[in-house]
Amino acid sequence: MIAELGLAILWMAAALAALQLIAGALSLRPEGAQIGGLVRPVAVMQGVLVLISFVTLITLFVMTDLSVKLVVEDSHSAKPLIFKIAGTWGNHEGSMLMWVTIMALAGAVVALIERQLDERTLNATLAGQAFISLGFYAFLLFASNPFARLPMPPEEGQGLNPLLQDMGLAFHPPTLYVGYVGLSIAFSFAIGALVTRNVGPAFARAMRPWVLGAWIFLTLGITAGSYWAYYTLGWGGWWFWDPVENASLMPWLAATALLHSVSVLQSRDALRAWTVMLGVVAFSMSMVGTFLVRSGILTSVHAFAVDPQRGAFILALLAIDIGGALILFTVRASTVTEGARFSFLSREAALVFNNVMLCGILGIVLIGTLYPLLTEAYGVKVSVGAPYFNPVAAIFAIPMFAVMAIGPLLRWRRDRLTGERGRRVTLPIAICAGVVLVVFAGVEAVAHHIGILPALGLAIASGLFPASFLPLVGRNLRRTPLPVWGMVIAHAGIAVSLFGMASESAFSVERLAALTIGESREVGPWHVTLDGMMPVAGPNWTALRATVSTHYDGGAATLLNPQAETFINPPGTRNESALQTRWNGQLYVVLGEQALDGRWQMRFWWKPFVPLIWIGGGMIGFGGILAMVGRMLSDLRRQIAKGKIAYRRMRQGR
Amino acid sequence: MKNLKLGIWLPLVIFFGLIGLFVHGLMRPADTNVPSTFVGNPLPQFDLPAAAADRPGLTTAAFRTGKPHLLNVFASWCLPCAAEAPQLAALAQAGAQVDGVAIHDRPDDLARFLVNNGNPYAAIGRDDKRAVQIAIGSSGVPETYVIDGQGVIRYQHIGDIRAEDVPMLLDKLKAAGAGS
Repeated sequence: MIAELGLAILWMAAALAALQLIAGALSLRPEGAQIGGLVRPVAVMQGVLVLISFVTLITLFVMTDLSVKLVVEDSHSAKPLIFKIAGTWGNHEGSMLMWVTIMALAGAVVALIERQLDERTLNATLAGQAFISLGFYAFLLFASNPFARLPMPPEEGQGLNPLLQDMGLAFHPPTLYVGYVGLSIAFSFAIGALVTRNVGPAFARAMRPWVLGAWIFLTLGITAGSYWAYYTLGWGGWWFWDPVENASLMPWLAATALLHSVSVLQSRDALRAWTVMLGVVAFSMSMVGTFLVRSGILTSVHAFAVDPQRGAFILALLAIDIGGALILFTVRASTVTEGARFSFLSREAALVFNNVMLCGILGIVLIGTLYPLLTEAYGVKVSVGAPYFNPVAAIFAIPMFAVMAIGPLLRWRRDRLTGERGRRVTLPIAICAGVVLVVFAGVEAVAHHIGILPALGLAIASGLFPASFLPLVGRNLRRTPLPVWGMVIAHAGIAVSLFGMASESAFSVERLAALTIGESREVGPWHVTLDGMMPVAGPNWTALRATVSTHYDGGAATLLNPQAETFINPPGTRNESALQTRWNGQLYVVLGEQALDGRWQMRFWWKPFVPLIWIGGGMIGFGGILAMVGRMLSDLRRQIAKGKIAYRRMRQGR
Repeated sequence: MKNLKLGIWLPLVIFFGLIGLFVHGLMRPADTNVPSTFVGNPLPQFDLPAAAADRPGLTTAAFRTGKPHLLNVFASWCLPCAAEAPQLAALAQAGAQVDGVAIHDRPDDLARFLVNNGNPYAAIGRDDKRAVQIAIGSSGVPETYVIDGQGVIRYQHIGDIRAEDVPMLLDKLKAAGAGS
């Protein structure tokens, strides 16, 4: 009964999306202005209905209703409650329902709160959003019904992949989804603005919080996903240039570029066509990513929900949505009048330069990801990895870091670096550049063997970190707006993360050892001893747990417990690593199998400063949150002030 | 201005190129097997001592007889190897010459394995250091190679031989025999 209810509500939501599209499109004609009033309430109602439908599916998972096919395939009555809930989106159908839910809710929020954009552009935007949603509704209702029943309910569900029974993974995909879908709103705004030819600061102001929000979620999602892969897979790496990882990185790169260009459009009315183009590109990258993951046309470690037929459906949606948008762009771009001009030495120019560099990296990643597909078309199998991505991306990244340090210090429109003003900008930058050179020379002298890229990374990070804080110099820190703090922290986060990456690749120490109980090894500055081995049992797994005592540089002992887990339902194994974090790095211990002679295979890594990678990622996301909160507060203040003025006027009878 | 107008078409062109690539990728039957780069190479030089009392050891020269061989990489401690024994016996019955390389094995264990599972091998070489296994690009047991009459690797079968693989291997043998 609950499943049928959910399906019926989903159909109703789809019907409302169709109404939203038609009403929104009709309202653009002069004679259809009347019907435009329908668009907002319909968008809100569509959001509410699809949310109910999604909650229905969660209920089925929580109850473990074994007459529903999806529950049987992805859940189990013995699973902890939190993973039953997470199981709702741990599969193809459920995740697609989650996708339309977030999309419709985002549309509903736009309909509720957006008051400053002109009504025609808003209606076109909501119609665009409904158009994209309809594609996904069709996908759900015709090709992947999450509420399908089984004729004969089985005794027990088939569980969830043991690798997926992890808090990190339970919440990593939804975080990325919110990011992807947030970009769909940015895309719809771009479409709306193209349709009504209203590409200007008002449009940028409406689009900006969505880009910022999506970008925050993508940043945090990628950071969390990277850390999850690092500690749970037991491979000791944090980024593998796997197609699925690239699929999340590409929208992030596009969103980062979009975030900066939309701020230029809002405050300076420049970069009109470029911003619209990036809005289209950012969401295309989300769709391309989803397509690559779901269709299985690329071989990836994330073999999740792979099915060529689904791939064909997503590809059709991709072709219709993005192809349509690009045709619209091509037709309209020449009529989008050129925005305000700026000189070569200005903050706009710096932002444009870094936008181009970000797009360069995006192109590099896209080519590298699709290259195996291209060569396979000619019958050659290749795999592309770090030896391509790292140096080629660095070609674009290094100039970008340099401009990132200078850009925020420049003035809008036109700057002259002469006289007193010149000294105020060039002197601190020269000092930071000096730091880069000194660190690079020092690293090359002390540790020449680490290679050029890690050395450059350490040097640039050391210079970029202080440079990030230069925009605060000469300001009253208590009166500095939150968005400026956000920018400073996010830029510093890039430096912190870069330092962690470079240090990890330069100074990691790896030891493979077969140990009997009581035996010891040296791993970098660590002295590790295998103390014992003990079987343990969890709710749906059993494991062998090793006890390893570790001493850093002759210090006091700490105990670590890496374990090798065996899952019962369904059968599977996982090697849970054990981590010992210090201020200057992390010791990473993985328990392997028992050799024939009774010794235990163990793997140790000492990774200096590796946590900085994720701390930096967190700082970048936190910077975004500060910017968001700052804008919300100033919006709120403006609303309150407006309300007060209106109230006074009313009292004075004016 | 002319350049700008052409530039506007660029995203659309790139996009349709991508779509074309994706369609092609989807239409192509999914083939996740990576063909061994050792296929087409001659066997490396080796001279393995006998692993079992009643069979000779194995040398590279033994393959240059003008007749194709099957080379089976196996071990007594490997369960799938026991599971594929009936298929190897069937292949030997059908006229294939099967040679074995026993990996990291003890003579007693191997003798017991051959008694329990049958002995289709004409010769069994003893490879305690996995030197030959690595030199022919085998990453585990069991694996089975088709070697032509000149001692050139023609096919590599990874994993155990299932009943349905037997006709395919016989075809490969025949092709290797015809080619030489």
